[in-house]
Amino acid sequence: MSGPRLAAALAIAALVGAPFVPMGGMRQYVLHVAIQIFIWAFIGSAWSLMGRFGLVSLGHGAFLGVGAYTTVLLWNHFRLTPWLGGPAGVGLAVLVALVLGYPCFRFRVVGHYFGLVTLAVGEVVRLLIIAERDCTDGSLGLTLKTAGGDSLLAVQFADKRVFYYAALLVWLAGLWIWHRVDRSMARAALEAIGEDETAAASVGIHVTRFKLGITVASAALTAFGGALYAQYITYVNPDTLSGIGVSLKIVFAVVLGGMYSLLGPLIGTALTTALSEGLRIAFGLKFLGMAETIYGVLLIVFIIFLPAGIAGGARRLVGRRVAPVTASPA
Amino acid sequence: MLTVTGLTKQFGGFMALNGVSFEVREREILGLIGPNGSGKTTLFNCVSGALVPTSGSIRFRDEELAGLTPDAICHHGVARTFQIPRPFRKLSILDNVAVAAHYGAAKRSSEAAARARAREILELVGLPTDGAASTTLLGAGGLKKLELARALATGPRLLLADESLGGLDPAEMHDAAEMLKRVRDQYRITIVWVEHIMAMLMRVVDRIVVLDHGEKIAEGVPRQVAEDPRVIEAYLGEKLVLA
Repeated sequence: MSGPRLAAALAIAALVGAPFVPMGGMRQYVLHVAIQIFIWAFIGSAWSLMGRFGLVSLGHGAFLGVGAYTTVLLWNHFRLTPWLGGPAGVGLAVLVALVLGYPCFRFRVVGHYFGLVTLAVGEVVRLLIIAERDCTDGSLGLTLKTAGGDSLLAVQFADKRVFYYAALLVWLAGLWIWHRVDRSMARAALEAIGEDETAAASVGIHVTRFKLGITVASAALTAFGGALYAQYITYVNPDTLSGIGVSLKIVFAVVLGGMYSLLGPLIGTALTTALSEGLRIAFGLKFLGMAETIYGVLLIVFIIFLPAGIAGGARRLVGRRVAPVTASPA
Repeated sequence: MLTVTGLTKQFGGFMALNGVSFEVREREILGLIGPNGSGKTTLFNCVSGALVPTSGSIRFRDEELAGLTPDAICHHGVARTFQIPRPFRKLSILDNVAVAAHYGAAKRSSEAAARARAREILELVGLPTDGAASTTLLGAGGLKKLELARALATGPRLLLADESLGGLDPAEMHDAAEMLKRVRDQYRITIVWVEHIMAMLMRVVDRIVVLDHGEKIAEGVPRQVAEDPRVIEAYLGEKLVLA
């Protein structure tokens, strides 16, 4: 086994074994934080599938909310298992992505304008959830109805270890999808489109189809992440699962960690989670909004000094040390 | 093989092309000349689909191209280079060409086949075939070669080459002109070549079409066109010298 492969295998083994390490009374808390990190890192990876090719979405909360709410509503109202409700949510998110993406890509809404459109879509979903309060309980949020104990059919488990392994698996699947995209010729086509749509089209690349394809993939994975998160937390709220707030939270974590690196979303999510947990413990309810303020300051600092994120910056540093003559890896 | 009839492109009140008609014959190199702003690049943009013509017809091997999207036109077998090279900077030199070979061909091949074809073309134009070579290594001449290689990789029957020699020194220019001939013979393609450097163009092309103010003012073999009074007038009296 080569060096990196061995390191990856060891890391995965450590993560698989982690829940069995004695942690005293901290076990539940550590697992809770780890689950959140894996799920949000997966969502971050889904976002960067688009983001790294210049399709910067500021409204991924739309897909998250559609995925989570569809799953929870179908269960609460119709007792439809999340095994079917989840795919329904993913399907609906794909539909939203198509409705959002097709006109944007067909009429070349790119860059900042695309960002603004997505921002609006994220808000529309949030407002829709709030407005349909008879069905969604509006801004109060909605608690997942209990199945009365552990149930595979309802995807409800009291033991956090089940969700830990599920989240770990989903996160790894996200990395695998990323890796597959990275190694395919489609990546080259998407990079080409991100750089110069006219030139890309001139060599036969169907620009609209590619952008739509990656948007749909990103939306589907994000919706899936939302559904998983809802099953774990057993509570959905329009402000935590749709709208500007959560959309920017995803973007921030990925930009912080590095959107061009496989582990970037995980590093970013781990840091932002640690930051918000730390601030929550340090300040409690005394300084509401403190976490967001510090996020904001950090985001600006990072965009200025480390535009490729922590993972990208570190790789560049290592690359420079190993081969000082060659250009830094793109 | 390409028949352009009454091609007109209007930008607001400005007629960039006004009823241009000409024909490109199988396996010839047709030179397209004209002063700055005469409509050469607009013509290319219309034929390659980057612009939709206001009116007129562009028939290529019995199919209408006017109004098709650039990727569809590429799949029909018409490739173009850009006047100012537009490489994909984030991709290696090899991937620039491989992506064109993979997605530009009328029939999609495997990724490995696309890479192999890209290497073959890079070798032909004299660029590094190693997968890690970055486009930042290329100067003006190299970028022009990459532009040509990328267009060729799509497997065209008709190549629209937009001022491929600008920015090269005389030796490079000579090589590049020879290369166009070689490319035509090896890949059995037809070339429409826009070029400012008249002497070089005259030496390589079979026929010439001259545009001025969006209209065709002359068409014919180089010697005949060079003596045409309207052409001499369009070039402000500068007599075209046959090298």
